[in-house]
Amino acid sequence: MKALDGIVQDEALQRDDSWTVAGRKFSSRLVVGTGKYKDLPTTAAAIEASGAEMVTVAVRRVNLSDRNTPMLQDYVSPQRYTYLPNTAGCFTADEAVRTLRLAREAGGWNLVKLEVLGPAPTLYPDMAATLLAAEALIKDGFEVMVYCSDDPIAAKRLEDMGCVAIMPLGAPIGSGLGVQNPLMIQMIIEQSKVPVLVDAGVGTAYDATFAMELGCDAVLVNSAIALANDPILMARAMKAGVEAGRLAYRAGRIPRKGFASASTPMTGLIS
Amino acid sequence: MRHMSNIVEQISLTVNGDSIQVEAGLTLAQLIAQLELDTRKVAVERNLEIVPRSTYAAVRLESGDRLEIVHFIGGG
Repeated sequence: MKALDGIVQDEALQRDDSWTVAGRKFSSRLVVGTGKYKDLPTTAAAIEASGAEMVTVAVRRVNLSDRNTPMLQDYVSPQRYTYLPNTAGCFTADEAVRTLRLAREAGGWNLVKLEVLGPAPTLYPDMAATLLAAEALIKDGFEVMVYCSDDPIAAKRLEDMGCVAIMPLGAPIGSGLGVQNPLMIQMIIEQSKVPVLVDAGVGTAYDATFAMELGCDAVLVNSAIALANDPILMARAMKAGVEAGRLAYRAGRIPRKGFASASTPMTGLIS
Repeated sequence: MRHMSNIVEQISLTVNGDSIQVEAGLTLAQLIAQLELDTRKVAVERNLEIVPRSTYAAVRLESGDRLEIVHFIGGG
């Protein structure tokens, strides 16, 4: 970032503002999902526009009856992006461990996203099952970024257990409702020594901004980009939203007041 | 039976939930080649155990083996 001529350069603006999870450093604070896109070229273009460096992916059976189906890796390079394999569709610790062991063999990395969900219509994180799965995965050598409820007690337990990032939901997956419980998200942020990401619920750019203004380390977005009328434009909007929120958080907002304060001085008025 | 030695024995495997017949003695590497899959893009579980990619050529498939062959797809 280069300051305009004649304008005071803010040292804070120049400072490296990257974040680190499990020893891996990222400049982008937007993590994106790769699901729900209409096709792989759109997936690739939207991810590029989002500026994300980490993307979530799922592990599924190869379709043996149609082997010419294009593969995600051909469009979203694992060399360029850090793949974060998820456990979507797993309902038990055993299934999560099996799935991520396969992911580790397919991709050769340990950083994973654990999510164990309850049934529709809430798809709410099943915290009892999540805690069991997190324990099993950590024992198996995985570095676990964990999707969880906005429950500070559960979040603390997951952190103490050794999870490398806490990822509470802002709102139900795919709901686009934004952060519904900012107080609890803030409490989780304040108590956590590992990165906190709002995962799920973002609907549009200002939801991402809002989450970042609360002090999250990053935001994870999938549906809001993939299902927008123009996913590429929305990806760019999310990038701007996350950056705006992060800058505003660092800048420190003015306190909310219940009265007006004039922006223009009252001295020197003509009479 | 005559010519018995010329008849290739077949074994039955379950691959991604489907039952298939293959020649006895087939290795995992050969099966993956027959399925036209790129070994660099898949991972294999055999009877609930991960098979390290480096050992595919040494793994001889046995009748009743249950294989899961997976890859990465889009997900949230």
